[in-house]
Amino acid sequence: MSSVTAAAPPRPEPHLRNAMPIYLDNQSSTRVDPRVLEAMLPYFTEQFGNPHSASHAYGRIAAEAIEQARSEVAALINADPRELIFTSGATEANNLAIKGAAHFARLYPESGQSRDHIITLATEHKCVLESCLQLQREGFSVTYLPVEPNGLVSLDTLAGALSERTLLVSVMAAHNEIGVIQPLAEIGALCRCKGVLFHSDAAQAVGKIALDVEAMKIDLLSISGHKVYGPKGIGALYVRRRPRVRLLPLIDGGGQERGLRSGTLPTPLCVGIGRAAAIAATEMGDEAVRLRRLRDRLLADLARRVSGLRLNGDAERRLPGSLNLGFPGIAALKLIEACPGIAISTGSACTSASVEPSYVLRALGLSEAEANSGIRIGLGRFTTPAEVDYAIDALSAAASRLTALETTPT
Amino acid sequence: MRDFWQSHRDGDVMSEVARAHQGVMARTETYLDWNATTPLRPEAAVAMSAALARCGNPSSVHRWGRSARQAVERARSAVAALLGAPREGVVFVSGGTEANHLALLGSGRERILVSAVEHDSVLRAVPQAERIPVDRDGVVVLDRLDRLLAADPRPALVSVMLANNETGVLQPVAAVAAIARAHGALFHCDAVQAAGRIPLDARTIGADFVTLSAHKLGGPPGIGALVVTGELELTPLLRGGGQESGRRAGTENLPGVAGFAAAANAATEEIAVYDRVRELRDALEASVAAIAPEAVVLGAAAPRLPNTAAISMPGVAAETQVIALDLDGVMVSAGAACSSGKVGPSHVLEAMGLDPDLVSSTIRVSLGWDSSEVDVAHFLRAWTALYHRCRASLIGARAA
Repeated sequence: MSSVTAAAPPRPEPHLRNAMPIYLDNQSSTRVDPRVLEAMLPYFTEQFGNPHSASHAYGRIAAEAIEQARSEVAALINADPRELIFTSGATEANNLAIKGAAHFARLYPESGQSRDHIITLATEHKCVLESCLQLQREGFSVTYLPVEPNGLVSLDTLAGALSERTLLVSVMAAHNEIGVIQPLAEIGALCRCKGVLFHSDAAQAVGKIALDVEAMKIDLLSISGHKVYGPKGIGALYVRRRPRVRLLPLIDGGGQERGLRSGTLPTPLCVGIGRAAAIAATEMGDEAVRLRRLRDRLLADLARRVSGLRLNGDAERRLPGSLNLGFPGIAALKLIEACPGIAISTGSACTSASVEPSYVLRALGLSEAEANSGIRIGLGRFTTPAEVDYAIDALSAAASRLTALETTPT
Repeated sequence: MRDFWQSHRDGDVMSEVARAHQGVMARTETYLDWNATTPLRPEAAVAMSAALARCGNPSSVHRWGRSARQAVERARSAVAALLGAPREGVVFVSGGTEANHLALLGSGRERILVSAVEHDSVLRAVPQAERIPVDRDGVVVLDRLDRLLAADPRPALVSVMLANNETGVLQPVAAVAAIARAHGALFHCDAVQAAGRIPLDARTIGADFVTLSAHKLGGPPGIGALVVTGELELTPLLRGGGQESGRRAGTENLPGVAGFAAAANAATEEIAVYDRVRELRDALEASVAAIAPEAVVLGAAAPRLPNTAAISMPGVAAETQVIALDLDGVMVSAGAACSSGKVGPSHVLEAMGLDPDLVSSTIRVSLGWDSSEVDVAHFLRAWTALYHRCRASLIGARAA
């Protein structure tokens, strides 16, 4: 009874000097979960051994911690631990998956036919697109498929683009700017029956939605630590063992990670991504419900106060905490400037300093002006209802101020 | 959320690190494998814990992002200062292995020459690279480098490490740089083992590219840098968001670079501690020679790092020694850590033209800023006991 009448939590006061803005950019990066940090700390201090020093206890303890972490990450996507290769992040995982598969296929062509064609989407992350461009310069052919206005790929379009020469299809699981979730199981089934490898950049999806590399028939899957409340500087690539997916390494040397990725493994970071994965595995379901509720409230309240507010990307098939919104007639950068109390972005952090309109929003068929008005809001594990309330007030107030300025006759 | 981070402010992390160090000291274990990796310096732990408490992607334009960006750029200056190089030249990467790949594969040079004693991450980056031989002390034969470069006019890159990871032998890098320059070749220097142990200066080294790794100088694993000392272009290994001026894509490892920078600063300030480390190492070698006249210190005639001793106990396999020492609580290695799980002789010692018996019976003992007389005494006790056991059985075998 009494809980109903409990006082509302105090509003944050982000305009106070020195206060940092409310963080609503969880697709760009997430805060390290305190439980993750606690798991990592001993491996920075007491257990600092090189995990590849097989000859002494310090090395063996570090190696065991890494294998434990590998199991935790594998469990989150229903993979075998031996199928996980640790990398420095999702960018490296994507580069390794795409270039590694292409270079292996070129060096060891299957008898009878050589596969030198790659299919991806026009809306993929820069590191996928750039890897594909590099392969084009090396003589591979790449198809960049358009997406539907809701941001999803049409399976018919994809099926039509597949040929006997197609080696790999790379489709992002959940989008970094617009949050839409692609039909992974359908794409996987299509690729498997054509004998084509299926790679998915799941940096945004892992730990947010259920992923199952078996059910979805995914052959290569990229994972990022810092998008899932783990540390920066660590990621992983899932590489299917049955049927075996073969890659050429990008980074060779000491032969770590089954020869696919040399270099001393950073034990604390591996432990961090492992713990982050284990937490996500148990809390993902409840967290998704909570975030979806907060997100839907944010959207509904803003839509009530801002006329003509547009949601970019599919309304249903999207990440729980994610929104990409167009405020009609208001440039995104102006709106962001007008809301110093909240940290949001115009899109991908990697390209957010650029003044170009988002190529992703353009690919949805939006005009340049519409694309320029897109802002990305990413709610996360540490986002509170009070912070969402504050964001609703700040955004709607700024929008009406800016609209008034626009329409004031001069 | 806030409360947790408040409670993990500098003081707490410092005491946590101090506790950990006491734990290390209190144990009966002696860590003498500092060339494999080092413990995290307390300064690095503090810097990292502050960075781990912040969210934000350094590429984001909002205040969290800008604050992360400032931290990365401050770190870039600190790492540049380690070498006296321009800060714009520092490209943060995931570690020494990646930095070596970036230099060798990204330089655009079609011809690559590497010393025969380079780390595997150099040798395997370009397997077809031409090998520059070394002498019996492990020092590159400069005359051979000169002739190799003269024999082929194609634009080349020469890669020679500053200090060898297995023997500690220092290469005459200034002379290598001069020869490379005379032939219009670029020069890459893997300074992973040297950084933080001997003073470094980019101009003295004379290299166009220098590889650094944080976890060999008291920083965290998972972060390193390739330092470009001039205005050279680099073809990126990892493509994507255009970070690091387009030379290395991927969200910056902010806690990593912060820890790297703090460790670099501390290492530079405390570089004089290696005078003491050199005395300890020299005393260790002198004791070994006194106990076992047939023991050999490899590369002893050449200039070496102050902390490394490659010691052969003839007739006893290195693996046997390492296991026996481990049982006595002394941690050393039989060569490079990355390949220490593998069997097979060390390519470094083989390249020195040493007798196979010597190659297969050599262990690496490497000290660090925290090593003490107690550590050396522990090693000598364990090593001497092993030596006497093995000698007894060797004599027994011979007599039988």
